[in-house]
Amino acid sequence: MTAIETAAPSAGSAGAGLVAVADWVTTTDHKRIGRLYIGVSGLVFVVAAAVSALLSLERVDIERQLVDINALTQLFALSRTGLLYLGLAPMLIGVAIAVVPLQLGSRSLTFPRLAAGGFWLWTFGAVLIVYSLLLNGGPGGGNPRFVDLYLLSMILVIVGLVAGALSVAATVLTSRSPGMSLRRVPFFSWSALISSLGIIVVLPVLGGYLLVLYLAHKYPSLSELSGNRSIAEWAAFGFTQPATLLFAIPALGLLLDVAATAVRRRPTQRGAALAAVALAGAAVLAPMLQWPMVIREGVADLGAGQVINDLLPFGLVHGLPLLGVLGVVAAAARSLRTKPALSAPLVAGLLGGLLVLLAAAASAANHIGDLGLVGTAFEEGALLAVVYGGAVSAMGAIAYWGPKWWGRTMPPVVSGLLVALAGIGGALASLPMLVAGLLDQPGAVFPTVEVGADAVVYFPDAEGPVALLNGLSLLGHLAVLVAAVAFAALAVRSSRSGTAAGDDPWDGQTLEWATTSPAPADNFAEVHVVRSAEPLLDLKTRSDA
Amino acid sequence: MHALPPAPAPTPRRQVLVGTALACAAGTALMGGMLALWMRFREVYINGPENRWLPEGVVIPEVPSNVMLIAMLPICVFAQWAVYSAKRHDRSHTGVAIGLVALLGVAFINAQAFIWATMGLPIAEGNYSVLFYAVTGVMTVMAVIGVVFSVVVAFRYLGGRSADLELVSAHALYWYSFSVVYSMLWFVVYVTK
Repeated sequence: MTAIETAAPSAGSAGAGLVAVADWVTTTDHKRIGRLYIGVSGLVFVVAAAVSALLSLERVDIERQLVDINALTQLFALSRTGLLYLGLAPMLIGVAIAVVPLQLGSRSLTFPRLAAGGFWLWTFGAVLIVYSLLLNGGPGGGNPRFVDLYLLSMILVIVGLVAGALSVAATVLTSRSPGMSLRRVPFFSWSALISSLGIIVVLPVLGGYLLVLYLAHKYPSLSELSGNRSIAEWAAFGFTQPATLLFAIPALGLLLDVAATAVRRRPTQRGAALAAVALAGAAVLAPMLQWPMVIREGVADLGAGQVINDLLPFGLVHGLPLLGVLGVVAAAARSLRTKPALSAPLVAGLLGGLLVLLAAAASAANHIGDLGLVGTAFEEGALLAVVYGGAVSAMGAIAYWGPKWWGRTMPPVVSGLLVALAGIGGALASLPMLVAGLLDQPGAVFPTVEVGADAVVYFPDAEGPVALLNGLSLLGHLAVLVAAVAFAALAVRSSRSGTAAGDDPWDGQTLEWATTSPAPADNFAEVHVVRSAEPLLDLKTRSDA
Repeated sequence: MHALPPAPAPTPRRQVLVGTALACAAGTALMGGMLALWMRFREVYINGPENRWLPEGVVIPEVPSNVMLIAMLPICVFAQWAVYSAKRHDRSHTGVAIGLVALLGVAFINAQAFIWATMGLPIAEGNYSVLFYAVTGVMTVMAVIGVVFSVVVAFRYLGGRSADLELVSAHALYWYSFSVVYSMLWFVVYVTK
């Protein structure tokens, strides 16, 4: 089931463009499939971030009403779906598809046609989702045909994402270099495995729910499942913490990898770092078991037994992922104590990791009943932290591994500034929403905004500190948007006319730096034997000696 | 470029088997989630004013549903027989075993269609009917995928790729997983009702 593309793209004179398009459409080269995922999801991410900024602006100035109030429900759905399922998840799956085989010393991805098929299915679903939302579909939509279309499109998107994740997981499990045990797998590949396994078991549950909702909506009855608003009620678990944390786990792997590269030393306590990444994968428990696990209100007044009844499952579902993310950030901080070489990937890894940590902490806090945060802007803040954290990490991954895809480097200072701007913007967009949630500003995963009272409820006439927080959040959205667009333009320009990269531009430790830049279609001329987790560092140390 | 020591070409590491196992995990999660939704609604209805989950007048044909469960045993035995025979390079036995698995798969689909036809339950009847058709429909799709898998394996094996033991093992794994999933469904949908 391995397909290796060895022929160079053929160049004709008349139909060269068509041939190039056909090459991309039918490609089985994992680097191209990954770049397709990254490119298209990046485009949708920018659109979703722009919509989020627009909604944020609407919240700041409710008098002006920039968008038609009847379109707000669809814009909220576009923002949420676009950021998560059409942006973050495919972007990080794309990075994993493009990088993991190189890191493992494999000549190809396992099931490359499945991954490519997954990409096209996801793209088709993404187009239909946007189309259905434009025509008054989606959660809370008013046109039943397009509500149905939204549900079916979401199922297509889920099938596409699961196909990509399955391909990544199978690659890590079956296509490692000789001598590379799972303990010697690079951090990013390990995190991609954990994230992929989580996606493989969680997204089908969401898909099953959406199928039931589709049938209930298509064949309406007196069912509680039939209404267009039941989507927000029954499928919301796929859009909230801790389920969404699964998509961002590769950000943790990137942080650990770039931290080790930056200090040019072997990471200490490697096993603990791997375990911490795996612990973050405990986020799978809540959505898979449909176990939100809330600490009830007034728990302090309950008996000891009831407190334990609440605390133990809460710790399992929310505490373990938080502990895992904290462990990764601590391991990276420990590595970075010795004079790191500052670079765009390191800045992105750090800011992305910190935002994911913020999201994991917010996820736990959101489920403490006494804080009363459910239904407030706190949920939106947590969502923004995980999405923007993951996106900043994806930008770092592009800057880090780009040389292996197109053989050229990005300008270090400009790319560093842009990822810093995106990271700061992400913090600015999410943190004020978390604080606003603590101040009881309302919010929801899929708010239904109608002309009349509901509109006032969702966009209260904020004054004082809440108005300031909304303004800060808007600035954060705009910063992310500007940084993402500028970074994408810089990446495209660098891929064509950037400085030629050496084979090992970052003085790396793992196998991807042992091949040429750009890597050939089949990655490595020879399969390498690996005797440690840092095979390239071994070689360099021996050469120095 | 760094010169790491080369290795001989690695032996394949059961890619199809691992891929099938991951797909089975996804399928089990899909069905598990839908059955969880079923049980949640069942509990609400039974404890609610209606005091019943199965709509009045609806009778589930128990014979075909039980026969479908019983068919899981020979499906697993035949799938394992195919693996056993393939290991011994016994093409005819392997072909017969895979063929029997496919045949039982088709019979499973037929029995499910019979249940739908006999019950005559309109899909727009309420939560029960929506969930019933969603759950049994997904199960039937999984059976169709299994039959197609069996046909593909049979063609590849009998077409000359008799060294491809892994594919026959993956085929068996799929049907084991299918049997487990159907057993869950049978208990939740047809026994507890």
